[in-house]
Amino acid sequence: MSSQDIPEENLPQEQGAAHGAAGHGSTAVAQRADDNPFADPGLPAHKPRIQDIDERAAKRSERAVALMFTLSMLATVGFIACFVIFPVDKLVYIWPFGRVSALNFSLGLTLGAALFFIGAGAVHWARTLMSDQEIAAERHPIEAAPEVKAQVMADWAAGNEESGFGRRKLVRNTMFGAMALVPLAGVVLLRDLGPLPEKKLRTTLWAKGKQLINMNTMEPLRPEDITVGSLVFAMPEGLGYDDHEFQKEIAKAALMIVRIRPDDIKDKRELEWSHEGIVAFSKICTHVGCPISLYEQQTHHVLCPCHQSTFDLADGARVIFGPAGHALPQLRIGVNTEGNLEALGDFAEPVGPSFWERG
Amino acid sequence: MSTKNETKGADNQRQAPAGERVADWADGRLGIYSLAKANMRKIFPDHWSFMLGEICLYSFIIIILTGVYLTLFFHPSMNEVVYHGSYVPMQGVRVSEAYASTMEISFDVRGGLLIRQMHHWAALIFVAAMMVHMMRVFFTGAYRKPREINWLFGFLLLVLGMFTGFTGYSLPDDLLSGTGVRFTQGAILSVPVVGTYISMFLFGGEFPGHDFVARFYSIHILLLPGIMLGLLVAHLILVFYHKHTQYAGPGRTEKNVVGMPLLPVYMAKAGGFFFLVFGVISVVAAVATLNPIWSIGPYRTDQVSTGAQPDWYMGFAEGLIRVMPGWEINAWGHTLALGVMVPLLIFPLVLGAIALYPFIESWVTGDKREHHILDRPRNTPTRTGFGVAWLTAYFIMLIGGGNDIVATHFSMSINTITWFVRIFFFVGPVLAFIATKRICLGLQRRDRDKVLHGRESGIIKRLPHGEFIEVHEPLSQGQLHTLTSHEQYVPLEAGPTVDENGVERKVNPVHKVKVKLSKGFYGEGNQIPKPTVEEYKEISSGHGHH
Amino acid sequence: MKKLSARRRHPLAAVVVLLFALAATGGLYAAFAPADKAQAVETSQSLAIEEGKKLYTVGCASCHGTGGQGTSDGPTLVGVGSAAVDFQVATGRMPAQQPGAQVPKKKAIYSQAEIDQLAAYIASLGAGPITPTEKQYSPEGADIGKGGDLFRTNCAQCHNFTGKGGALTNGKYAPTLEGVSAKHIYEAMQTGPQNMPSFPDGVLPEKEKQDVIAYIEAMNDPDKSSSPGGLSLGGLGPVSEGLFAWVFGLGALIAAAVWVAAHTAKAKKS
Repeated sequence: MSSQDIPEENLPQEQGAAHGAAGHGSTAVAQRADDNPFADPGLPAHKPRIQDIDERAAKRSERAVALMFTLSMLATVGFIACFVIFPVDKLVYIWPFGRVSALNFSLGLTLGAALFFIGAGAVHWARTLMSDQEIAAERHPIEAAPEVKAQVMADWAAGNEESGFGRRKLVRNTMFGAMALVPLAGVVLLRDLGPLPEKKLRTTLWAKGKQLINMNTMEPLRPEDITVGSLVFAMPEGLGYDDHEFQKEIAKAALMIVRIRPDDIKDKRELEWSHEGIVAFSKICTHVGCPISLYEQQTHHVLCPCHQSTFDLADGARVIFGPAGHALPQLRIGVNTEGNLEALGDFAEPVGPSFWERG
Repeated sequence: MSTKNETKGADNQRQAPAGERVADWADGRLGIYSLAKANMRKIFPDHWSFMLGEICLYSFIIIILTGVYLTLFFHPSMNEVVYHGSYVPMQGVRVSEAYASTMEISFDVRGGLLIRQMHHWAALIFVAAMMVHMMRVFFTGAYRKPREINWLFGFLLLVLGMFTGFTGYSLPDDLLSGTGVRFTQGAILSVPVVGTYISMFLFGGEFPGHDFVARFYSIHILLLPGIMLGLLVAHLILVFYHKHTQYAGPGRTEKNVVGMPLLPVYMAKAGGFFFLVFGVISVVAAVATLNPIWSIGPYRTDQVSTGAQPDWYMGFAEGLIRVMPGWEINAWGHTLALGVMVPLLIFPLVLGAIALYPFIESWVTGDKREHHILDRPRNTPTRTGFGVAWLTAYFIMLIGGGNDIVATHFSMSINTITWFVRIFFFVGPVLAFIATKRICLGLQRRDRDKVLHGRESGIIKRLPHGEFIEVHEPLSQGQLHTLTSHEQYVPLEAGPTVDENGVERKVNPVHKVKVKLSKGFYGEGNQIPKPTVEEYKEISSGHGHH
Repeated sequence: MKKLSARRRHPLAAVVVLLFALAATGGLYAAFAPADKAQAVETSQSLAIEEGKKLYTVGCASCHGTGGQGTSDGPTLVGVGSAAVDFQVATGRMPAQQPGAQVPKKKAIYSQAEIDQLAAYIASLGAGPITPTEKQYSPEGADIGKGGDLFRTNCAQCHNFTGKGGALTNGKYAPTLEGVSAKHIYEAMQTGPQNMPSFPDGVLPEKEKQDVIAYIEAMNDPDKSSSPGGLSLGGLGPVSEGLFAWVFGLGALIAAAVWVAAHTAKAKKS
């Protein structure tokens, strides 16, 4: 719906017209400008600055501007000097900034001064010595005059006629078809940006019999190492910090291990999947995948530092606050013949953020 | 052109100074004299708020200059190396080449740290300045015809600036930015149907892969800045073409522009201001550090730090994500992560609301005229109220995005803050709208009183019969003109529901909405009628009482 | 990594185990008491326990029960060990002043000698981590780089990259590590005060704890830490950086813009 149906009288009168200054507009014609207290008195008369009438003041301004440009030159020299003098690793204590790099501090200030004084000089020059007489320039309507528009329309029609664009529909339509299809080549080229998702997000390195390796010591974890209230992170046996795919694998396999008194565990399955109260949960938040590990050992709550999703590790890691949509996956663990903790399989569900195919 | 050159050329070569001859040479090939004739004495009005856009322009130039320098040293690679540079606490740690080269820029390249900090500070200031510039344009109604397209260009620049900043922030591959990239990937996964595919394609496989730094690098230094540069040039051409807006005042009309000429005053002021901006950013980079990746550490997908925030301009999105309840739908073997998706949808909607407001306003007013005189925010209470409401929502979400920092610094509970944000994201803007509108109307009333009764002089006079009055000084004609020159729209009428024959008239429902909105914008109680000449004369003729 | 497994069999480890046993039986505690002052005082172990019990009865029993068995106002202290007492009392957290989400750090009200007596008494109630010796917690010669890595794995999630602290649920918080002594950091890792999880030697051996302490000192000790780029803005990350950019960066630029655009003073006032 266009605004054609808005009556003219709903629009306010042209600015100025109501006051009779410009002389057009039906209501204003009757009023003479001097009769209207609100009429536009026109640009106020120019008032001279001190510098305009006092040559000594102007000289002072001139000297101030020249001083600023000179300071800028000195600052540039200082910049080069600092660059040469200060070693790159020299630290100095400067109140209130602390122990800072002498080079960074001196280079920044000298460069800042060198630039700032050019600007300040130019602005002071403009403000005090250049003319400050305000000038009014005419505006011209942006829309083209009707005859220009008519000419353009005629040219357009001629072009259309000469090319046969409107007449030869077969040419036009096949051209549109070709133009529409050709970008597909570019889209197809993007295919090899990465592999297809397949089941990649559903599995981790964890498997039956893989020992839980303490990420601090790289030793297998033993149940007696883990006391009630302690926190430790584990990765699957066989994964090393130097592995090419370490980042990708630990992004899914990172494990958070705590021990909770079995009486305090409210969730039955959690207790079953634990080893004497030692529970292993995915460290990867189910919201958007931050490594979550702000474990409060008295409340058994674990908080995500990114978006504050809070999970209750004593109750199946269910979400008790924040934007996460589901509980942290738990890894079923046991003890192998050597007395080390081991996984009894992979996670039962995909770890990390939800995705469409997760189900 | 050729005839002119031939006739004049001969004696010019002997007499004209070198500069003029160079200019002649260029004019023969580029036509610079015609260009200069149109633009050399172009008029720009003087007002500090008109320089906000210049801050954006100059910080953008500074970002490009410093950014080019950084590319000389930065290696956009995720190959793992062991750090052995000069920063001791990080020695022996496995890092990516991107991280190691950023450390080298910071600790081994002389001046590298300064340029890196200038680049990042300028980026933060760039987006902040765009925001303030946009608010100036919004609250003064400078987006009205013929500048709607330029408003959209500016808005696109803001959005692109945010994403250029985000991709740049991710390049050093430090723990903080890596966490941000992980969030991006998690958010992409939440997109229905294609989420996992987009994620695999963007990261070249499973997160984090070995590609994202290189890919973000080409997006950050080429694709997005290229588009921004194009938009920026278009934005500036339109500013020149439309000529600048101006505030109301004596001698200033819709048909002129009053100010100083480009040559010499604005050349010196704007040119000088560039150096001022450059200098200030340089000093800021000297005295304050940001993104100290040496203490943040390299990115590891299983490590994290508390206080994990993006740069401020993404704080609004961060807030939305943080305070959203964790809703998730599981059905027919598929998962819809509303907890991530809803904020992802609200984010463009909120940004889009401010971008589209000008078009809604012009639809309601039906005004098709050009506007070059700026509104005072008080004279458009609905627009001002909407703008303040929008800013309130934005600011509340910034609090949401920093809820953990707010919690520790004001000894509050993170959960309480989150609930406050959840509620006030909806309530706050409504309260802000109502309050702002009332303040605007109050200011309009004050202006009206000032026009009709003059300025309060602060002089107390005792009349012969003992009464005390305050003397009101009448305003000058210029002031009277300034305070009464704004336009006031008349609200639309729905029209009779029956036509002259008594037959029920069909009223278009869209038109009904428009009438409603028009009343809300300009109806009774939504603007104070400005004083008329008659009112003024009646009061001034009967002067004597205050 | 193989080295670490060797460490587990390190002679010192045996000493630690021995100390545990000794504390459990309550015998010979004072002979191994780590603090220099405690040794200087040279009170016999039983005398220390006796003195500690007196202090306990006056200052602690109202919340923790007359025999340290705990009440509704305070948890049991049986088995918390001397390290926990030393940490809680020497950092001023205990005795607590008022109930709240978390007991804050404040000025210690007991002298170190009194704290040692209290610790001896609590240690006599049941076996627990004992106060570490300087040899245990001193970061001298530790690997700062490795410490940083361990810090980011185990500590940064709550205490922030450089140990500036951060928020936990419902008003709780991880305190800043600035100005916390190496001994107290060690004790905190060992005992897990309040809601902090513990990192016993089984999961984070002594050597690794020293690495972590070395990193924390490198980041927070005024003599060792530096902020090469200038003001660290609290080490809080983008929130304080954004605020600084708005207030000082854009603020200064807008001030400059006002100066550039303002009218120059006229010769005569209108």
